[in-house]
Amino acid sequence: MSFIFDYYNYWIVVFLMMAGFYIVISANNLVKKIVGLNIFQTSVFMLYISMGKVTGGTAPIVVEGVTQYSNPLPHVLILTAIVVGVATTAVGLSLIVRIKQAYGTVEENEFENKDDAI
Amino acid sequence: MAEFIDLVLLAMLALTALRIIFLKDLFAVVMLFGIYSFLSALIFVNLDAVDVAFTEASVGAGISTVLMLVTLAMTGRKEKQSTHSTLLPLFVVLVTGAALIYGTLDMPPFGHPDNPVHQHVAPRYIEESPKEVGLPNMVTSVLASYRGFDTLGETVVVFSALIGVLSLLGVRRKKKKDLESGLETHSVLHVVSKIIIPLVILFALYVQFHGDFGPGGGFQAGVIAAAAFILYALVLGLPKAFAVVGPKFLQWMASFGVLLYASVGLYSMYKGGHFLDYNKLAADPIAGQHYGIIIIELGVGITVFAVMLNIFYAFGSQAERSNVQ
Amino acid sequence: MDFLDIVSSMLLLAGVFFGFSGAVGLFRFPDFFTRVHAASVTDSIAAILIIGGLLLQTSFDLNTAKLVFILLFLLVTSPTASHALAKSARHGGLLTLAESSSQDKQESAK
Repeated sequence: MSFIFDYYNYWIVVFLMMAGFYIVISANNLVKKIVGLNIFQTSVFMLYISMGKVTGGTAPIVVEGVTQYSNPLPHVLILTAIVVGVATTAVGLSLIVRIKQAYGTVEENEFENKDDAI
Repeated sequence: MAEFIDLVLLAMLALTALRIIFLKDLFAVVMLFGIYSFLSALIFVNLDAVDVAFTEASVGAGISTVLMLVTLAMTGRKEKQSTHSTLLPLFVVLVTGAALIYGTLDMPPFGHPDNPVHQHVAPRYIEESPKEVGLPNMVTSVLASYRGFDTLGETVVVFSALIGVLSLLGVRRKKKKDLESGLETHSVLHVVSKIIIPLVILFALYVQFHGDFGPGGGFQAGVIAAAAFILYALVLGLPKAFAVVGPKFLQWMASFGVLLYASVGLYSMYKGGHFLDYNKLAADPIAGQHYGIIIIELGVGITVFAVMLNIFYAFGSQAERSNVQ
Repeated sequence: MDFLDIVSSMLLLAGVFFGFSGAVGLFRFPDFFTRVHAASVTDSIAAILIIGGLLLQTSFDLNTAKLVFILLFLLVTSPTASHALAKSARHGGLLTLAESSSQDKQESAK
């Protein structure tokens, strides 16, 4: 049982990562690809935060009488990564909007042969 | 007990991701993605990462869902049936996944205090930061002081994302008679949002300035304040939101935030320290740290607020234009 | 077991029951409007009961104030959200179950 608890978080992270990866490489619709990328990204966040957790520790805010805290460093890295992530997602989505205006579609197989349209 | 909650929440997260793969209705996909973000925020709370959970709940479930919905309004909500076979992607994913699972067996066990990740710099942050920086919230100390240079880089990335979006879409005020917002007749929403919006902005200010003592800080505060204005724009229409905070002004604000952050670094160099060395900002190093952190968090908050709101303006005005055509 | 603990756990259990019934209704009810009705049960009464139960667990400090604020916020926003959902469905031309079945009867009578 402890074997499962020791690695459960990592397995779920791998599963989520692969789910996101699958959506990115198999989906035809660009918006869905972006959702897949975001799922992939969140799985990486989950990996970092899982590594920072200390059993029996508490959130890294100083409280009287507590000596064991979880690791604050992954929290800092991921906090900024989330905000940067949404900013880059916005750039991706605006590219999709432009593609829609140029080709009239966001399905990958429909516009990939239309390169002369512009 | 915490392990059990972790088990259930992660299983729910996996199920949500699995459902997203097979759904063809993109509107439902985006909604499920919002649920996915909220679930991961809950898991972050359970894993002691309160600051991260705060950010994920406001950014992942708030801003990115709204942006995706606006995009869907322009691109259509149905995904067409894929023509290529799904076997090859499935094969690639299974092989990669199996390799990664094999790799996790070499990972140190989850939550063990002796893991290598807790041996390097974390003890110093945990033991010394309340004395060196003088703030109870270690995440804020590390974010703004120890890794201030890194955070400056992230702020610049957010700022350049705004430049990217604006050069792709651009915000144009419309000259002609404006389109009626779909929610014009919705008096209940009008009244309630007028009550809620000031409270949300007040909460954003609380998060901004209380971030030194509890979860919060510039990143979260900027996003929350932007969410308040996005609500205003959604309910009353973009032209009225432009009258409150115009897109040009927001561009100035975004660059002002980055410059405010960088100028703290330059000022500390002028005072004889390194770049972003807050100890030199005041006679007492701890007081200097406090000044530095408050000012750079303000810079981060201003930039994030302006960037998020301006990105929404760009998408919103684009959607309005495609509705007119 | 304190008296307040008993009351608070009863409130929490009742909240869980209403939340669960809301979730079941969301899946089992036949059309959109009845589903909104079920979902709003989770928003309103379940949230009130659960936060009420949590309030009794605090020792009347800052946490109490925060919980009261969350409760007030939920009391204002969640009915508004349900209302906005139902109204925009109506605006989009969705019929209730009774209306669509009476329309079916009229059509079959013709």
